[in-house]
Amino acid sequence: MTGTGTLLRFMLRRDRMRILWWTLGIAALYAGGLGEYLLLDDPEARAARSLLLSSPAMVSMSGPGYGLDDYTPGAAVANELVLWVLLALSVMSILQVVRHTRAEEESGRSELVRAGAVGRHAPSVAALLLVVVMNTVVALTSGAVVAAQGLDAAQSFAMTFATALGALVLGAVALVAAQVYEHGRGAAGASLAVLGAAFLLRAVGDVRERHGSPLSWVSPIAWVQQTRVFVDLRWWPLVLCVVAIVGLLALAAFLGSRRDHAAGLVAVRPGRADARPALTGPLPLAWVQQRGALLWTVLGLGVLWLGSGTIIREVPRALDAVAGNPVYDALLGSEGGLGGEEQMIRTFLGIFGLYIAAGAAAYGVAAVLRAKGEEETGRTELALAAPVSRGRWLAGPLTIALLGTATVQVTGALALWLGAVSTGYDELALGEYLELGLVYLPALAVLVALAAALHAWVPRATGLAWAMVGYVFVVGMFADLFDLPAWSRRISPFWWVGSPALGDVEPARLWGLAGVAVVLLLLAFAGFRRRDVPTL
Amino acid sequence: MTAAPAIEIHDLRKSFGDVQALAGLDLSVGPGEVRGFLGPNGAGKSTTIRVLLGLLRADSGTARLFGGDAWRDAVALHRRLAYVPGDVSLWPTLTGGECIDYLARISGRGDRARLRARKAELLESFELDPRKKARTYSKGNRQKVALVAAFLTEPELYVLDEPTSGLDPLMEAVFTRYVREARDEGRAVLLSSHILSEVEKLCDTVTIIRNGTAVESGTLAELRHLTRTSVTAVVDGDPAAVAGLPGVHDLVTTPSDGGTRIAFDVDDARVGAVLGAVSTLGVRGLTATPPSLEDLFMRHYGDVPGAAATGTR
Repeated sequence: MTGTGTLLRFMLRRDRMRILWWTLGIAALYAGGLGEYLLLDDPEARAARSLLLSSPAMVSMSGPGYGLDDYTPGAAVANELVLWVLLALSVMSILQVVRHTRAEEESGRSELVRAGAVGRHAPSVAALLLVVVMNTVVALTSGAVVAAQGLDAAQSFAMTFATALGALVLGAVALVAAQVYEHGRGAAGASLAVLGAAFLLRAVGDVRERHGSPLSWVSPIAWVQQTRVFVDLRWWPLVLCVVAIVGLLALAAFLGSRRDHAAGLVAVRPGRADARPALTGPLPLAWVQQRGALLWTVLGLGVLWLGSGTIIREVPRALDAVAGNPVYDALLGSEGGLGGEEQMIRTFLGIFGLYIAAGAAAYGVAAVLRAKGEEETGRTELALAAPVSRGRWLAGPLTIALLGTATVQVTGALALWLGAVSTGYDELALGEYLELGLVYLPALAVLVALAAALHAWVPRATGLAWAMVGYVFVVGMFADLFDLPAWSRRISPFWWVGSPALGDVEPARLWGLAGVAVVLLLLAFAGFRRRDVPTL
Repeated sequence: MTAAPAIEIHDLRKSFGDVQALAGLDLSVGPGEVRGFLGPNGAGKSTTIRVLLGLLRADSGTARLFGGDAWRDAVALHRRLAYVPGDVSLWPTLTGGECIDYLARISGRGDRARLRARKAELLESFELDPRKKARTYSKGNRQKVALVAAFLTEPELYVLDEPTSGLDPLMEAVFTRYVREARDEGRAVLLSSHILSEVEKLCDTVTIIRNGTAVESGTLAELRHLTRTSVTAVVDGDPAAVAGLPGVHDLVTTPSDGGTRIAFDVDDARVGAVLGAVSTLGVRGLTATPPSLEDLFMRHYGDVPGAAATGTR
């Protein structure tokens, strides 16, 4: 293990910006979540939220439900937010471990390192220490953020450190996977699959029985949640985390000593020697490259919207309890009263419509910006050196992005409907959900086309497309709450869509959006035709 | 094939911000010609190639392929050429075989049966396993994928930018064989390379570029005349007479077996006169090494291009 310290310092230096962003991101997640829970300042609001959180759908997306009898902000954070923070930190730990172990070996960089006075296990140990440091920093910062909001300090830090410990279990899983798989993607994929299984087992286990069934206890996520922090803190479930980490590390060390450098324990399967006949140009290639991401986005977001659909039935009861709270009114746009039950549900559907569209927008921008990645790696050059015009090349990723965004959007609306009817709520017809999905398509096209145009004219500024996705969501969600001026709302393409769930949509505006999208697309093609590839 | 040269570059200029990458470059490659394109890192080789491929737009000057404008007629011209970059990045989810097929198909050349037979032959020659995912290939194997794809479609022009980086000597020999075959079939090749032995083996003509402009251009034989021959001799007489002759450089004398060992470089234009003078000293042994491309290279790669260039004239 010689050289571990040096390697760790080097990793910390390489990743200092990552550490900063993860810390800020998690702190912001806590601060944002708490802002909502601090609204639970009267018994009625608590009772309403507790009721909402008792539905199976919400249990699957929160925790085992400790403290629901007296749902204080602390109990709410522990029950609802810990799951998501733990997922985020687990993803962080997995990616960091793989990045500094298997991915380094794959790239050949670690060969340089290992040639120095560095022990066989040093990179693994250093990578593990790195995620320990990162999780500790995040736990300290976010614990302070939670405590600063007026929650019990000891419980706050107990919560954030328990979460960090849970994330380290997945970090240790990744370290084992890094020994087994020959490639970084395989190792990360396998570890994320373990995380997914942990999520599902905990969800199913907790839905079966309040406060968790034996099935829940298989999952590391439950070990953290079962500490009952902010309700009736107990430490011993964390022992399971420690045992798991030690066991996994021993396994990783055992496997690591048995394999060659840069080799895995699982061989990679050979693929096709000849391309399928359909692979004839940039469009089929973009499809081959992006179909996996599209499938997973449709499935992942689909599950989320399906779950959301299952709570639609409960909405009126929950909303009744918070009616009159000015913050909720601003969020729901219900200053004039909530109206009848159907009206309440429609108001809520409007918000889900926005969520679904924001998810589709994020997919769309990511998909179209794959073109940027292609260019940075030099693959665009390889294609353009063949008789392939700039326009034909750009049309590949752009077509997939546009069609993919529409697919994510429409399947999202369908999933919402499916969730609603599965719980027996059929007041609203399928057509209404579909319409809710379809009206956003022109606005989504504007966002995708904007990303393409930025890529074509100022590749360095493609970050603006992401900023726009965030802005669109903020305007849609918080415009009334923050009292944003009218002109600033109009910058958001979604503002022009109106309130589809309430039937407040002007077709002329949708045509206008479509027009803007077409203009941006033409600009994108014109710009990409005239600029240098790659831009230096 | 048309009468127009495969590549014709005249007074080409290109700047990136304040940095002038190309400053009036001239270059031409005709059919059946293998042109070596040499120069230190950052001299503008890759920029030149990217302009030729219509990827970068030149600020001024002309870059023509087969008589057509490299930027405006890019798509049509690319039907007639193949490109191999120095650092090949492949589509990670495709296998090597799929990448080769894809590149061949978008090149729009060759009929299917011919391509299939030739692909099998090239894969065997380059010892490439086409069933592995591109992301798992080493640098050398990625390079092989691009080479196979290029040689597969038999274009009129090969644009090769350090194509053999990462290849082992055996594979370099295979590469050499295919380039020769292409040349014998009348195809043109622009070969940017740092491997001098490769250039000496393959190239008929050479252009050396430095700071965005061609500092030497001609056949290898012509260029050799601009360099010096290294002479080592053991003589009985006093070598001082030789030291003073024009064209003699870096004379070193060491006592040897009762005589004197002298070693010096001599400008090729002066070889006759200098050797005449040496022979009057009572030569016991003499070796003369012809100028290598490496000498030529070092001269132009040196820090002071002006001084080095004038030194040879």
